[in-house]
Amino acid sequence: MLSRVAESIYWMSRYVERAENIARFIDVHLQLVLDAPEGQEHQWQPLVNATGDQDEFSERYGPATQDKVLEFITFDPQNPNSILSCLQAARENARGVREVISSAMWLQLNKFYLMVNSAGSAPIDLDVAAEFFHEVKLSSHLFTGITDATMTHGAAWHFSQIGRMLERADKTSRIVDMKYYMLLRSPEEVGTPIDHIQWAAVLRSASAFEMYCKRPDRISPAGVVEFLMLDPEFPRSVRFCLQSARDSLQLITGTPLDTFRDAPEQVLGQICADLAFVTVDEMFRYGLHEYIDQFQVNLNRTGQAIFDRFFAFKLHPTLITDLKTKIISNL
Amino acid sequence: MEKILPFDIVPRIVPADEWTRIERRLKQRIQALNLFIDDIYHDQKILKDGVIPREIIYSAKSYRPQCAGWNPPRGIWCHITGTDLVRHSDGRIYVLEDNLRCPSGVAYVLENRRLMKGLFPKILSQSHVRPVSNYPNHLRNMLEFLAGDEIAAPRVVLLTPGLHNSAYFEHSFLAQQMGIELVEGRDLIVENSVVLMRTTEGFERVDVIYRRIDDDFPDPKCFRKDSLLGVPGLMEACRSGNVALANAPGNGVADDKVVYAYVPRMIQYYLGEEILLPNVPTRICAEKADLLYVLEHLDELVVKAANESGGYGMLVGPHSTREQCAAFGEKIKANPRNYIAQPTLALSRVPTIVGDHFEGRHVDLRPYILYGKEIFVLPGGLTRVALKKGSLVVNSSQGGGSKDTWVLADSPVAKQDEPGPRVARTVTGEKEVIC
Repeated sequence: MLSRVAESIYWMSRYVERAENIARFIDVHLQLVLDAPEGQEHQWQPLVNATGDQDEFSERYGPATQDKVLEFITFDPQNPNSILSCLQAARENARGVREVISSAMWLQLNKFYLMVNSAGSAPIDLDVAAEFFHEVKLSSHLFTGITDATMTHGAAWHFSQIGRMLERADKTSRIVDMKYYMLLRSPEEVGTPIDHIQWAAVLRSASAFEMYCKRPDRISPAGVVEFLMLDPEFPRSVRFCLQSARDSLQLITGTPLDTFRDAPEQVLGQICADLAFVTVDEMFRYGLHEYIDQFQVNLNRTGQAIFDRFFAFKLHPTLITDLKTKIISNL
Repeated sequence: MEKILPFDIVPRIVPADEWTRIERRLKQRIQALNLFIDDIYHDQKILKDGVIPREIIYSAKSYRPQCAGWNPPRGIWCHITGTDLVRHSDGRIYVLEDNLRCPSGVAYVLENRRLMKGLFPKILSQSHVRPVSNYPNHLRNMLEFLAGDEIAAPRVVLLTPGLHNSAYFEHSFLAQQMGIELVEGRDLIVENSVVLMRTTEGFERVDVIYRRIDDDFPDPKCFRKDSLLGVPGLMEACRSGNVALANAPGNGVADDKVVYAYVPRMIQYYLGEEILLPNVPTRICAEKADLLYVLEHLDELVVKAANESGGYGMLVGPHSTREQCAAFGEKIKANPRNYIAQPTLALSRVPTIVGDHFEGRHVDLRPYILYGKEIFVLPGGLTRVALKKGSLVVNSSQGGGSKDTWVLADSPVAKQDEPGPRVARTVTGEKEVIC
């Protein structure tokens, strides 16, 4: 398929997934704030940090308050990672590949964008905020479901899958990191009921609470981190997402499992291997924040490798010679 | 930019016998135009024989000397044409423009029919309307035909200027319906005079390009140097016979409004036949007698610049002030070659919904003609309607809308895609109101 088309599909899915995850971030934070002890209910900075756009935020908005943060990460058109901007970008990408995706996908993406866009005309009211972010999540699920049910699961679908899964892995790891950041600020709370509530909220933000409860052990930091980072079966765990991205990648290239032929397969294979064999204790010993930091560096390398390999095709001299012989033999 | 094209649900109806005539006449015209373009870029017999003055051709903005000597695949220059037809007060149908370069609007023909099928399935099934939905099939067959017989499964692509083009919806729609790739200039490169497209698996060869970008743009090496839309080296690839372009670059020379005035003489010259589908009587300002006539009768004429479209760059005499006419007269005197003049056409009207009742509104008709193995005329076409009362301008940029065009079958046809029992053809709404 065309490189440009593959890239647009990859970003279309990636941006929809990003919008959904930002809604999840806010949702968990709203829950945390309500349960926070006196004096800590105004902590909105961690939410900005979780999106990774803290520098831009402080430059334009100053100290983090509820209204400013919600505006910045939900509707701010200047913030490229606000929910609204993500959907705009997803829609622009989809518009360029309308002949490749199904019309049902295009319709749903349009509805999704228009829903958020019309909500953005008024400031967010806390009483309806939860409802709105819930709606964002549902719209994203609907888009994903329509994609799975109406699009041929060929190369185009796999590129969509890779975009979605890399994004989801990135955001799940950030949710874990966000809790870690809050933990750092109040080490004396470790093991208290508040701590328990917060870890439960983290699980909920990844729709993981109910599935976690099926495990034999009770909620513990190590258990939650293990579940969200390393569980091989839970569909939002980092390991699951990357394994799924890897499957799609190898179905596109036809490279046999557990081998690699090019950079994206190698980098992604290495990350998957690490997540398959690391223990949560080792992660804590290394430092959870440091581990996630390193993980995200590798994730970015994967994204870059995919870009170089599939999207930014340069005419390589050896390729030209290959091509000539190929063309001549065609004639 | 996307704009909504209003749709009127009252179909415009063309009886079978009338359509048969239109079809035959269009074929004659396209055949002659194709011979003309080929002649212009080869021996120029028609110029040597003095049928058309040399300077008219050489000064046409859409004449491409770069195409001289080029032999397009199968000898076809105008693969896809969207001829604009109007009916005048004498009841006859005239050709207003030929639109050989990049005619658009066929997606509306298909979408309008789809809408009508949803809205009025019963009426449609009883009216024996000839189907239009197989147009993408015909188009793809025609494009594949251009690749030559030695390529078993030719790779056909549609080249679009991109998202921001006003016809992007149509490009995307046709590519999807034909099942071919929709490419932009940046997706293609030319290597060793072979066109390749960038895919996730490397470069793949392209055999046929349905280009929907202007004549000026397809190859910055050959035409406009500042074009970012095109593909450097594309013309060289064409010349080497490694890729077919539809429509062929350079065919716009026959779209020049002054050249248009010579079409009746072309048909006589190449086919030895009388023109069946007449031109609107046209005065050529480059010819002295005509120029004098035009300048004296500006207030009754429609004057058009040779290379404008979309209703721009023209003077509608009866609707203009004396000052406007005088100012336009000066423009004509300064550059007579650039202008033609035609009588104000009445344009027939058809019933159109206005609020809660019907009123007559002026229409034109754009049928689509494909030139491949044979000449195919899509039974239907885009009926554009001037929604403003009394307006004669049907262009979508100036308040026009569209209608479904129902070409009726002569007798029940087996391959109808809207089967149903045959009933007596209804008379209401069928006759066009001539004003």
